[in-house]
Amino acid sequence: MAEHTLRAGHVAAHFDDAEQQFDAARLGMWTFLATEVLFFGGLFLVYAIYRAAYPEAFAEGSHHLHLVLGAVNTGVLLCSSLSMALAVRAAQTNQRRQLILFLILTILFGAAFLGVKAYEYYEKYHDHLMPLLGLPFVWEGPHADQVRLFYGLYFAMTGFHALHMVIGIGVLLGLLVLSWRGWFSSEYYTPVEMVGLYWHFVDIVWVFLYPLLYLIHGA
Amino acid sequence: MAAIATPHTRTSNYLNADYSWRSWLLTLDHKRIGILYIVSITFFFFLGGLFATLVRLELLTPPADLFAGTTYNKLFSMHGIIMVFFFLVPSIPATLGNFLLPLMIGARDLAFPRLNLASWYVLMLGGVFMILAMIGGGVDTGWTFYTPFSTTFSNTNVFYAALAIFIAGFSSIFTGINFIVTVHKMRAPGMTWFRLPLFVWSMYATSLIMVLGTPVLAITLVLVALERILGIGIFDPSIGGDAVLFQHLFWFYSHPAVYIMVLPGMAVVSEVIAAFARRPIFGYKFVAFSSLAIAIIGFLVWGHHMFVSSQSMYASLVFSLLSYLVAIPSAIKVFNWTATLYKGSIRWQTPMLYAMGFLGLFVIGGLTGLFLAALPVDVHVHDTYFVVAHFHYIMVGGTIMAYLGGIHYWWPKISGRMYSEWLGKLSAVVIFLGFNLTFFPQFIAGYMGMPRRYAAYVPEFQVLNVLSTAGASILAVGYLMPLVYLLWSLRYGPLAPPNPWEATGLEWETSSPPPPHNFAKTPVVTRGPYAYTPEDVHTFVPQGELRG
Ligand code: HEM
Ligand SMILES: [Cu+2]
Repeated sequence: MAEHTLRAGHVAAHFDDAEQQFDAARLGMWTFLATEVLFFGGLFLVYAIYRAAYPEAFAEGSHHLHLVLGAVNTGVLLCSSLSMALAVRAAQTNQRRQLILFLILTILFGAAFLGVKAYEYYEKYHDHLMPLLGLPFVWEGPHADQVRLFYGLYFAMTGFHALHMVIGIGVLLGLLVLSWRGWFSSEYYTPVEMVGLYWHFVDIVWVFLYPLLYLIHGA
Repeated sequence: MAAIATPHTRTSNYLNADYSWRSWLLTLDHKRIGILYIVSITFFFFLGGLFATLVRLELLTPPADLFAGTTYNKLFSMHGIIMVFFFLVPSIPATLGNFLLPLMIGARDLAFPRLNLASWYVLMLGGVFMILAMIGGGVDTGWTFYTPFSTTFSNTNVFYAALAIFIAGFSSIFTGINFIVTVHKMRAPGMTWFRLPLFVWSMYATSLIMVLGTPVLAITLVLVALERILGIGIFDPSIGGDAVLFQHLFWFYSHPAVYIMVLPGMAVVSEVIAAFARRPIFGYKFVAFSSLAIAIIGFLVWGHHMFVSSQSMYASLVFSLLSYLVAIPSAIKVFNWTATLYKGSIRWQTPMLYAMGFLGLFVIGGLTGLFLAALPVDVHVHDTYFVVAHFHYIMVGGTIMAYLGGIHYWWPKISGRMYSEWLGKLSAVVIFLGFNLTFFPQFIAGYMGMPRRYAAYVPEFQVLNVLSTAGASILAVGYLMPLVYLLWSLRYGPLAPPNPWEATGLEWETSSPPPPHNFAKTPVVTRGPYAYTPEDVHTFVPQGELRG
């Protein structure tokens, strides 16, 4: 039975070997991501229903989202996914300096995304398009109520996405500290890989959110 | 045939390994975590029971004299919320499942011990919010939180309650993930899928529902909470939102959730019946696959809770049909258990009495489910006491019977002590009788038209309600009995041998209570789980051998 050691291997006492431990972690992470799919799935379902019910209102509401900022953010997130993938690669190939560098890059991209998002939220607040906390919601065109519904969904969906990013950045910071201390190597990089899966998942959610919320003008 | 030794001295085991508080509250041992759950959900059970008592007291007389209006609504809401989310959902999986799953598959622990401890803390955190909601004045929406009442009109602590359930939901998600990974990756050598004990199959199916259903409930409750706090309006009809959408999302979880509550009960019953009828379970694969079938079909029938909710008639017809489908796998199980009992050499010990109680109550509950799945009947009895009786028969009658049966069956393993067989049998009988006296009259009252969730009723129903309240007092005594004599046995009960029931599972091959790492040596599994011989009740072949 393997002893629990800090470095080299990290096989906990209840596993037979490193491979079993790694397989377990990976299956666990995928199962967790399945729950995340269903969590966001509920939101997407609600969105789909109201979009089908009020197509014009949703198209009009979508007009006032900042297309370019959304596009920029999509790019930023894709870059962060790339740097995360490179971080995993660096861990697998024992390149500690690169690992640290790519983790920092990923965190910076994530933070940039959140910054842009915050600016967009501020814009909506300024234009009285934030139907939250009893703030006034002002809409000049027709379907004011349904547009309000659109914005309610916009804030719920992007808000949850942003929350996932915040959590992701927190976890990445933790990874950064551990990488600094030299925890990871080609022998043991499970946490890096798991966080990578999570990060890619959160990015993919945005890849769906962007067209659904920003790009529906044609309707 | 295995030799049964009675140990006179205790070797190191998971209970006496360390006595400090820290060693309990920071333990990573699945067995100790199981104990933490047993203690905490027992607390929730009696807390929920307290509210039930108040409800039954109010219903003793026709007018709303003891509690009325909002107060009464709060009583049954707190009762339902606590019982469903803080007792029934975690009950068997978190306690017996936690304790037994690794033992039954020959593993040293669950795949993620830290996650396991975290899920207990998460449940406790949810409990804290629930108690805050309670102390802060309660919730009056019912356990179903129907909108727009819950979002707009109720001025009670819906936010805290929704948060509590949201948090508790993560506990069941974590448990589900842990079980799924453990069953996939941690089985001992030779433990193939079709050598898994049926308990493990049921836990696996339950975990699938937990993982696929709970997130949908979580997001739904978050939306309710956001709607109350931020006013985003998704369920608000006044801006074009849809209040019935809430019901779809809620029941998409909550119908499968009824199987989170009953599949584990079936798990216990399969083990107990095989061990006490001294026969292999008839149609092992059918029973195993019926668990999966229930898990899957269970996701397709939520609309039978919404026959009278303005849902289209065609949708209702489809949901009605699908509901009949889901009854088939349950019936398969009942049939196979009965076939197992047939010509078995039955030992009528406490766990077996409880298992038989489960069977009786589950059949009544399940059959009345079919009544409800029939559209016209449901329109007649919807939101009456008929529905109340139906789900109490299954969830309270079925699940709690099985839970207690399981606790009695594995008590020697968990505590290392035997309890009084006489008191055990008596408690099973008292609970069975008390239960039927409590809930059978409710079928009649409901069929005659007594609506649920009202503090006052017309005098015609008084006789039935008095019977029901009388039954509830007997039931309460029945539930208190095990609490007393099991605690008593912890100190004064005779020491338990490793395998008091002469059963075949791996969990009986290690000492009682098991050592911290479960097995002295890794077991090697050589055959299926139920090698009993009815001709000679003492003959049985253990599932594996402990090798170096
Ligand atoms: C096997 C375990 C089962 C459990 C634990 C269970 C539990 C429940 C619960 C908790 C409710 C009440 C929900 C509420 O508060 O409104 C309910 C209602 C209902 N059940 Fe079951 N049930 C089970 C099986 C079945 C089966 C097999 C069927 C049909 C084939 C069925 C059909 C129904 C229907 C149609 C209702 C809605 C009644 C109404 O509100 O009008 N149930 N059940
Ligand atoms: Cu149902």
